Amino acid sequence: MRARLEATGYLLDEGLAVACFLALRLHRPLFCEGDAGVGKTALASAFAEALDAPLIRLQCHEGIDASQALYDWDFPRQLLHLRAAEAAGVTDAARLEGELYDRRFLVARPLLRALETQPSVLLVDEIDRADDEFEAFLLELLSEFSVTIPELGTLRAEVPPVVVLTSNRTREVHDALKRRCLYHWFDHPDFARELAIVRRRLPGVSARLAEQVTALVQALRTHDLLKPPGVAETIDWAEALHALGADEVDAELAVTTLGSVLKYREDAERARGLDFAAVLATRGA
Amino acid sequence: MTGADAALLGFARALRAAGVDASTERVHAFLAAVDVLRPELRADVYWAGRLTLCGQRDDLDRYDRVFAAFFHGTGETPRRPVTVPRTPRPRLVARDAEGQARARDVQDAPPVPSLASSSEVLRHRDIAELSGPERAEVRRLLAALALRGQVRRSARRRPARRGEVDPHRTVRELLRRGGEPARLLRYARTEHPRRVVLLVDVSGSMAPYADALLRFAHAAVRGARTEVFTIGTRLTRVTRELSHRDPDLAMAAVASAVPDWRGGTRLGELLGAFLDRWGQRGMARGAIVVVLSDGWERGDPELLAEQMRRLHRLAHRVIWANPLKARPGYAPLAAGMAAALPSVDAFVEGHSLSALERLAAAVRGADDA
Repeated sequence: MRARLEATGYLLDEGLAVACFLALRLHRPLFCEGDAGVGKTALASAFAEALDAPLIRLQCHEGIDASQALYDWDFPRQLLHLRAAEAAGVTDAARLEGELYDRRFLVARPLLRALETQPSVLLVDEIDRADDEFEAFLLELLSEFSVTIPELGTLRAEVPPVVVLTSNRTREVHDALKRRCLYHWFDHPDFARELAIVRRRLPGVSARLAEQVTALVQALRTHDLLKPPGVAETIDWAEALHALGADEVDAELAVTTLGSVLKYREDAERARGLDFAAVLATRGA
Repeated sequence: MTGADAALLGFARALRAAGVDASTERVHAFLAAVDVLRPELRADVYWAGRLTLCGQRDDLDRYDRVFAAFFHGTGETPRRPVTVPRTPRPRLVARDAEGQARARDVQDAPPVPSLASSSEVLRHRDIAELSGPERAEVRRLLAALALRGQVRRSARRRPARRGEVDPHRTVRELLRRGGEPARLLRYARTEHPRRVVLLVDVSGSMAPYADALLRFAHAAVRGARTEVFTIGTRLTRVTRELSHRDPDLAMAAVASAVPDWRGGTRLGELLGAFLDRWGQRGMARGAIVVVLSDGWERGDPELLAEQMRRLHRLAHRVIWANPLKARPGYAPLAAGMAAALPSVDAFVEGHSLSALERLAAAVRGADDA
């Protein structure tokens, strides 16, 4: 499993490898928490690629409800059908009723699509942004992998989809939901692994540049910043420098391109006071 | 096999003793996970447990500690379950504060005899100067206090008499009548109370008020969407501890969870910690943040000013309740208080029951607070 995930360019540490293995074997959703940009969402895409299954993504937001997440009836088409039936002189009310609530008038939203597509990977992104009502609703779906539509009956997934939930911890997600999941906390990777990720993601970037950028980001993380940069920022930075045609980075160039790593004015100011040259010197030797 | 299972169960029990919420369902998942992995490998058992038994980041440290103690050296079968040493429970601060207040009462006897003090008089008295029975009465009144955030319009909609036309319900109604044009059904946006975040100062200088303020917080937590933190020398999230229904049980839980009763205050640093770990991710965004503190800052006031500015940019409203504000001749001269004030939307008292009621009104968004 690990080898297959790594083949997609997503590097895992041991804990995550075990987590992925268990998620597949026990059919349990994987609940991912951690700082922004540490690869929570990317994990789902890697999963999809490794299993050769479509990735179905549900971005949560406040006020999201069943008609946006699960299913909805296609009302305009139902009305059209009704008019057409009337024009054709159909009078059998029971038959018409049955036709109107047919599967073909049902619009499948991400959750229903994930149950119907097999195999599939379902990503429920930023679950902490949804509200409590939606969490309770998700609970039922994730424990049974089935959904009941009053007009049609119960739909059940024969092969449960692989489910990845992510949370940025803006709100504590309810215990009842977490209890049904495997919990994994994402830490920032260490130097060697982060370097490997950058090299894997950006094969065109010179080894020296990748090494320098990784060292700089690792150094930045140790300083007390409002928003410590994640792996995503490391990759952005390396890509930005590569786009500028740089094969290696000096202190001056680092400061001018700092905008791709630090997104707060306070952070940028603090970082400007740092000694980039010293960090580069220890790595560049 | 059963022997190994028993060992794993013992491990789960030790975890529970250490404060990790390893429920039966989680333990079941743990056993299932170990079963499909290689139980003879320590790393596999470690990750299986960490993935199934832990539910939040705070659990991970405890998990690591218990795991190391439980499986240390002995491979996969421990000889006896390690009992995790329980930290001795700190005594309830309420009692200490009471003792102090009582001692003071003896010195300068209050003009109003405690028996005669009706709840109306009591409401306006400074909590720090109450005697034992009065304090109990105030506690009873505090428990009835409700805290609700100012409302805001949410993205959710609800059927309503007026408002925009609700296409779903209208068409459904239309279909039900066989396509006959039906009346238009409408919906409107619902209103939600904003999240309220209480930061309660439990340092030494606030000791006479800490118990009453935490009981106030306890009453507030029963309304949904309230988060409570204590600040002193460390930042502690006590929302979960306060969710006990019974106020006394909740206070006991808080007392054992908070490590820094009656220490100094490093307001700026801890406010920064709150914003880094919770506030900026969303807890403070659009919320009503209430700081209950006297503003005595041991650290650098400039840091506090900076963090308050940050908080002010994130939160909908920042309210500072200072029990000392009611003292005659009080001026916000304490360095911390003076530094924080420019970023505060409402500066209120917090010394008596009626002052806390006014605070609740300010949180609700009433203007006269």
